[in-house]
Amino acid sequence: MKEIEVTAVTEAVRDLCIEANYGLSSDMKAALEKAAETEESALGKQILSKLEENLKIAKEDTIPICQDTGMAVFFVELGQEVHISGGSLEDAINEGVRRGYTEGFLRKSVVSDPIERVNTKDNTPAVIHYSVVPGDSLKLTIAPKGFGSENMSRVFMLKPADGIEGVKNAILTAVKDAGPNACPPMVVGVGIGGTFEKCALLAKKALTRPVGEHSEIPYVKDLEEEMLRRINATGIGPGGLGGSTTALAVNVLTYPTHIAGLPVGVNICCHVNRHASRVL
Amino acid sequence: MDRYLNVPFTKEEALSLKAGDMVYLTGTVYTARDAAHKRMAETLDAGGELPVSLQGNVIYYMGPSPAREGRPIGSAGPTTASRMDKYTPRLLDLGLAGMIGKGKRSREVSDAIVRNGSVYFAAIGGAGALLSKAITDSEVIAYDDLGTEAIRKLTVKDFPVTVVIDSRGENLYETATLQYCKE
Repeated sequence: MKEIEVTAVTEAVRDLCIEANYGLSSDMKAALEKAAETEESALGKQILSKLEENLKIAKEDTIPICQDTGMAVFFVELGQEVHISGGSLEDAINEGVRRGYTEGFLRKSVVSDPIERVNTKDNTPAVIHYSVVPGDSLKLTIAPKGFGSENMSRVFMLKPADGIEGVKNAILTAVKDAGPNACPPMVVGVGIGGTFEKCALLAKKALTRPVGEHSEIPYVKDLEEEMLRRINATGIGPGGLGGSTTALAVNVLTYPTHIAGLPVGVNICCHVNRHASRVL
Repeated sequence: MDRYLNVPFTKEEALSLKAGDMVYLTGTVYTARDAAHKRMAETLDAGGELPVSLQGNVIYYMGPSPAREGRPIGSAGPTTASRMDKYTPRLLDLGLAGMIGKGKRSREVSDAIVRNGSVYFAAIGGAGALLSKAITDSEVIAYDDLGTEAIRKLTVKDFPVTVVIDSRGENLYETATLQYCKE
């Protein structure tokens, strides 16, 4: 049994909040750079190069990449040989969010109630997805999510008879409806199968997979490649102002499902697809 | 076409803007997003006066991240404009000259833009660090309790935007997408 102190969790969460909001992972940077080279529209090219400049300014001048520093979404993989000591794991994560968003000059975008809407002023609570896994480590992944793109995300409860064509139509529908609202070029996370909530969670998790990596399932890899091509043929383009780069990647995860259903979750993320991980 | 424009601008200048123009704004704009719009609408419903005159002014749909010491503002890019659609036609009819945001607008907003000879600009979404460099001063002038959603008076210098909906109702999102559509 390995002991992990809650103070270590809080410290790690604080650092992750700041790290994720001031710089993108190398795969995202490489994808933007490549897009700036291949984009067909002159205005689109200009926007993509501005986005690269934005990343540079964010890093050098310590300004968050985007003012919407998101709701703090966490994927927590807790090894079953780990004992968390000194307090509650959930409280420790939220304390880390509180410190990260305050000390890191990040925007506080969370309201305490969806109808009464009073700002909690420290960006808590986080949205935390736990899974218990074998081993003696604790992996924390943050994916701060802005709501320009979150608002354009969808769940489709398709019929088994809709098949793969139904899935493709669902993805295209979500992307076209999102258009300029979701700050293209987007990263499109897709979850197929499971239940109503499982497909949405898979779609969110798919966004944390590095851009450029593909599913190991052959038909899923084909789907990812075909959908990226077709999304980029919509013409929406960078900023929605026309062009050949509407998405940087389509990441798909699948899960077994019920004989009666074909759930599809489409979680759209903007080009500021932030995620960072730490293992304790 | 690249245009350099002082803000607030005249009616004639607004009418001369065309969808697709790149415009660099210098002068004063006011921020307001969801909560500030809701409160302005409630004020108008109650027969009250708005904390800022809309006449000839431009609203930027933006809620910044906190400023570090010695800086006017934090990250400061546009938020999705359609969430303000419900409130916008009324504000345009009261004299609002323009809006800066990102994303689609409703038919009602587009009609109100044409009716009033105003303009909808888009700034680059997700480029808040870059855009903050074009803001030289920021002051909360109303609704301080709303935090990031307070109304701020911003001084901007060559703030880069693109005309998306012009006073004729031309919509760049629709025309530009068609140009690159290969379906």
